[in-house]
Amino acid sequence: MPQHDVLVIGAGLAGQRAALAAAEAGASVGIISKVHPVRSHSNAAQGGINAALDPQDSWESHAFDTVKGSDYLGDQDAIEIMCREAPSELLTLEHLGVTFHRDERGRLGKRAFGGASAARTYYVTDITGHAILHVLYEQLMKFEEVTRYEEWFSTALVQDDDGRIAGVVTRNIRDGAMELFAAKAVILATGGNGQIYDPTTNALICTGDGIAMAYRIGAPLMDMEMIQYHPTTLAGLGLLITEGARGEGAHLYNAQGERFMEKYAPNKMELASRDVVSRAEQTEINEGRGFPDGTVALDITVVPRKRIHEALREIVNVGRDFAGVDITSEPIHIKPGNHYVMGGVHTDIHGQTPIAGLYAAGECACVSVHGGNRLGANSLLDTLVFGRRSGEHAARAVHGMGMPSPSHSSMQEEEDRIQAIIGRDGTGRRVSELKAELGETMDKYVAVFRDEDGLNTALEVVRRLKEEAKNVAIDDKGTVFNQDVLGALELQFMIDNAEAIVISAIERKESRGAQYRTDYPERNDDEWLKHINVSANGAEPELSYSPVTMTQWEPQERTY
Amino acid sequence: MADTQTFQLKIRRYDPESGAPAYWADYDVDLPPERSVLDGILQVKDREDASIAIRCSCRAAICGSCGVRINGRSALACNTRIGDAAATGRDGFITVEPMGNMPVIKDLVSDMEAVHWKKVRRVVPWLVPAEAPPEGQEYIVPAEAMLDVTQAMACIHCGVCVSACLSMEVDPEFIGPAALAKAYRFVGDPRDGEEEARLRDLAEDPHGIYDCTHCFACVEVCPKDVAPMNQIMRLRRRATSDHGIKDENNGYGHEKAFVTLIEKYGTLHEAQLLPRSFGDGSLVKGQLKPSGAKQLTRELPTAFRGLKSGKVTPRKALLHEKLPDQKQVRKIFHAIESHDERIELNLYIVGEMGDEEMGAMAEEAGET
Repeated sequence: MPQHDVLVIGAGLAGQRAALAAAEAGASVGIISKVHPVRSHSNAAQGGINAALDPQDSWESHAFDTVKGSDYLGDQDAIEIMCREAPSELLTLEHLGVTFHRDERGRLGKRAFGGASAARTYYVTDITGHAILHVLYEQLMKFEEVTRYEEWFSTALVQDDDGRIAGVVTRNIRDGAMELFAAKAVILATGGNGQIYDPTTNALICTGDGIAMAYRIGAPLMDMEMIQYHPTTLAGLGLLITEGARGEGAHLYNAQGERFMEKYAPNKMELASRDVVSRAEQTEINEGRGFPDGTVALDITVVPRKRIHEALREIVNVGRDFAGVDITSEPIHIKPGNHYVMGGVHTDIHGQTPIAGLYAAGECACVSVHGGNRLGANSLLDTLVFGRRSGEHAARAVHGMGMPSPSHSSMQEEEDRIQAIIGRDGTGRRVSELKAELGETMDKYVAVFRDEDGLNTALEVVRRLKEEAKNVAIDDKGTVFNQDVLGALELQFMIDNAEAIVISAIERKESRGAQYRTDYPERNDDEWLKHINVSANGAEPELSYSPVTMTQWEPQERTY
Repeated sequence: MADTQTFQLKIRRYDPESGAPAYWADYDVDLPPERSVLDGILQVKDREDASIAIRCSCRAAICGSCGVRINGRSALACNTRIGDAAATGRDGFITVEPMGNMPVIKDLVSDMEAVHWKKVRRVVPWLVPAEAPPEGQEYIVPAEAMLDVTQAMACIHCGVCVSACLSMEVDPEFIGPAALAKAYRFVGDPRDGEEEARLRDLAEDPHGIYDCTHCFACVEVCPKDVAPMNQIMRLRRRATSDHGIKDENNGYGHEKAFVTLIEKYGTLHEAQLLPRSFGDGSLVKGQLKPSGAKQLTRELPTAFRGLKSGKVTPRKALLHEKLPDQKQVRKIFHAIESHDERIELNLYIVGEMGDEEMGAMAEEAGET
């Protein structure tokens, strides 16, 4: 049985940063990922990473922007930590080798981003997440103390008799062998759950595995109703056009040629918070001022051509390859699309969940620093700061502790569960059919605008799919690289995520951040300035509330 | 969106557990032609047979998972349009098979670890800082240097260039285009302190920078414009011009010989290439140097094979004529050499047209 002091699940930015921090703190570390680490979805973070590094800027300003962006649902103690630690985290990355853009003096150069009162986004053209991910992987290759388990799929978390985390059950994708890992601490860094929506900017691997695994052993999920729709995604495919485009000066127009953000955010215009811009676009589209394909136009041609090639290079490729549009010479049609889950496994400022020994960091976690709406370029920061803090804390916390011995019956249960799927006769619906119905339902009823009827419809569908998923049929009966059976497991993870999202969205009877209820269009601080938590209580999800931590910023009316 | 059409995919299937050899299987898919080959494969998986194995994730040419060969050409399945692939396929079929130069695990899944990642680890793939990081601030480095290494940094390690590499086909030990591009990412990074050691290591390795035959295959197939071969050439220029590294493999001399011959004749004088190679470009030195003479003797069988196959004739080999307008070639040499700094042709970013040129073009076109 492989055993480690600290076992990290997921090898995107949060996972790799956690693994490096834990190893530096002297722990024996294993990192498990269902894909090779550089395939992780952190790759897709284009625009940059926020930090108040400039002496003219201040962490307080960054923190206030984040609090305001969160529509006052973010926990201010956690936000303060993130913004205070941002500059040193940024410099650490630079020192490790990230090829950040420089200004003419050779100092770090920055760009503007949405919802921010100062330009404080540091970047590598528009491949920032990719560049950081690859540099962290360079460090992981260097750190031989960290054992990498690449292309291993985690199926369940294992607790000891006292409820403390004891290990993880996994399946080696390459040969189908089941393996039980023992660990004194487990850090979940499994990313988001965008695949429950169709379309989404998220990669096919973003199926909310960690969120569901934690939920299944009783960890509360917080702020799950807060699903970010990114303002600029390609219609149909859902591919992302970075906010950096608007940061560089691009404009939004409706089909009548109006720069409509004047009506919704006269000061910040295109650089208002993402929830605000997405709602504005959806309003234009719903009221008939969009293009026939259900989009509005993003005009990047106002950005100087050389600057586009230098700073928005990837977007030139995406436009050309996936939309057939040369963004340097014509506008590109875009619409709001599923992008990010602000909610996740509830943690404290050290990444600890209420389950002893279980940590979470990055998109699968909810500290909460993003509250009702995440600011662009705060997600990379979140993964790195809280990835590192989780790794450091876990390494310290398990020092001197004995290695737990997770029970083999837990692995047997998982093996039986998988064999039942593989051995089942093909009478049920296909995984792909259920997934398509889930995606369509979520995008229709749990999107930018929501109401009670739609949400109830969504809940009905999700619960029916949950039953149907128990009987899915698969084609692949083999052991080597059986992606089919993993797809069936992921589907069940996704449905757990979806159920938590819909239940929370029904519960929050107000409009705040990404949750806009047409039946409750106002923010209601008296009743709803609090987090909603969902926990598994046997078969039935259970709702509870927790207070928002306030330090220095009282809720105000939110305008941009 | 254009209308949906029917496309025929011919997918190379292989199941290591079956004991059966690999085989081709045909599938029909319905998609608009601008959708990707990956979308086609996913449609087959969704509707017909979910046991087809292919790594894929982002669908946007960012994650580097879905490298395959489409109609024999190495590419990412997600950024190859299915309509384009159908146009180049034979008998209306789009063939999809796993990448080359790497073992196959199952269907379209290659063993990247066994080949690519091993080679990446070979080049010491992490920054070895020249000096301790400055306290409380970043390293100060020129903006151009960061942009320059960003081209290599943009590599997504999809393995498509490894799959297409002709040198690796002949010499599986060749470090290869992707790993060498990765090496340039450190060699070109002003923060790294091991430039010379890295270059010496890669020049002396018989499977290193001089093992590339300059065939451009990696440049053509790279989905991210990393142009791996160009990075290898930059490594060579730094090794030779900047550090004067004269390697055991005689890469230094070979390159000098090429340059000298082109400057002198305008085209390659094949009979002089080897003698000059062993003399760092000089014809006389190559034959007088004891090591040069020995190496030349060793290469004699190659010369005989060339004569026998008719690749060279004694007359052509000995009487090599200059280009009629050889002066023009000399002028290019002069223009380049009169620059203080070496001109790097970096089309990644700085080679794009500037605003002024665009302005002039727009004026010409009557735009405002």
